[in-house]
Amino acid sequence: MFKCVNGDVEKAVILEFEGVDVPACTGDSVAAALLAAGVADFRQTPQSGRPRGPYCMMGVCFDCLMVIDGEPNRQACQVAARDGMKVARQRGLAVISPEGE
Amino acid sequence: MKATYDAVIVGGGLLGSAIGFGLARRGLRCAILDEGDIAYRAARGNFGLVWVQSKGIGFPVYADWTMRSSELWPEFAEDLSERTGLSLHYARSGGVDICLSEEEFKERAAKMTTLTSHQNGKFRHEMLSRSDLAALLPGLGPDVVGGSFSPHDGHVNPLYLMRAMQQAFTRLGGEIIVDARVHEISRAGGDFVLGTKRQSVTAAKLVLAAGLGNKVLAPMVGLDQPVHPLKGQILVSERLDNFLKIPTTPVRQTGEGTVLIGNSHEDAGFDLRSTPGVMKTIADRARRTFPWLARARIVRCWSALRVMTPDGLPIYDRSETMPGAFAASCHSGVTLAAAHSLDFANYVAEGTLGNELTGLSARRFDV
Repeated sequence: MFKCVNGDVEKAVILEFEGVDVPACTGDSVAAALLAAGVADFRQTPQSGRPRGPYCMMGVCFDCLMVIDGEPNRQACQVAARDGMKVARQRGLAVISPEGE
Repeated sequence: MKATYDAVIVGGGLLGSAIGFGLARRGLRCAILDEGDIAYRAARGNFGLVWVQSKGIGFPVYADWTMRSSELWPEFAEDLSERTGLSLHYARSGGVDICLSEEEFKERAAKMTTLTSHQNGKFRHEMLSRSDLAALLPGLGPDVVGGSFSPHDGHVNPLYLMRAMQQAFTRLGGEIIVDARVHEISRAGGDFVLGTKRQSVTAAKLVLAAGLGNKVLAPMVGLDQPVHPLKGQILVSERLDNFLKIPTTPVRQTGEGTVLIGNSHEDAGFDLRSTPGVMKTIADRARRTFPWLARARIVRCWSALRVMTPDGLPIYDRSETMPGAFAASCHSGVTLAAAHSLDFANYVAEGTLGNELTGLSARRFDV
């Protein structure tokens, strides 16, 4: 669906998306890397449970929310992909435990 | 000249929409004139409390009016939902005012005693200790001393409320005319003629519910609405799993999971900017109340201007010099929506204000 405008640039970064390795170019956002890898379904909405994916790619729409390195509700379009990063879909509401850290 | 409408309401916010809905439900042919997106729109910045326990302390007339509205609310919300199919996320859950020091707790208890004395025991509340409160609210911070709980309190999504009232209004045949700032009001025969940029609108009855705009409009019909802006700022969190079943004064969680943090009061004129200093103050109080909120992501902030009167109480008046004209101003458009839609709209339809509103006339400022 998407391809890198710079052509065949070396993909030096590997992030892990729900157990699958996804190669990314240095400087890619997590959202850009996943879109280039053919992932469109980034999260399930808390209200209807329907799938959503990136829309604005500039930090405004909050439709690309993912769990990144264990932290929920991160905007995937605003986070630079790093080697070894663990990324998962945001399913429903984030949970913050009142007791734990 | 034949009146185009039985009644025209100037102001498409919570107050105007509630009155318009109430009048349309009585069968009056109505129009709501909305200024458009240049308006200050207090209704779009509301926190969403349906709140009794802080209203009218020292002013029984306002305490009674607030209590009346809170009692009408459950049926009002149900009626709106039935008419529109919309859920307002309304819950009369009870609410808590949090105290962060022994001094605050004492002051709060005294205020609650005063409020109770106004209403012959009708107002119910409990001063809850920290341990009592912990059973209701998870993860309280060490600074929380206790709080006042009142079962009359609740909350609602104010945007759904707006939408439902306006939808119910239009379904009853009401018309909402947008981009219609009123610059002139005159009389023709017994009717009111309102001049707007695009058209003039004629009606037998007139209700001014234009928020801060009432100050300029009211003298055109022989009334006085001395209102001024009082700014409030709000922080909005990411959507979180449901943890707060009960709204509190600095923090409430919406049906969708977002946490609203607010309750600031600033005399800043018409300046609508969010400012770091005030945001820090309200965030700090929220963090002291629920320390784990510090781990929540704040995704939005906004500010809005309350429609404030000299004594903080609403103003309701009927013009003596121009019968058929009414004006209303308040900063509690959510809490009072039910009373505005039922009682106040009935008074407008009948042409006379109820005795319980006598003490809320702007004449109280003529001393």
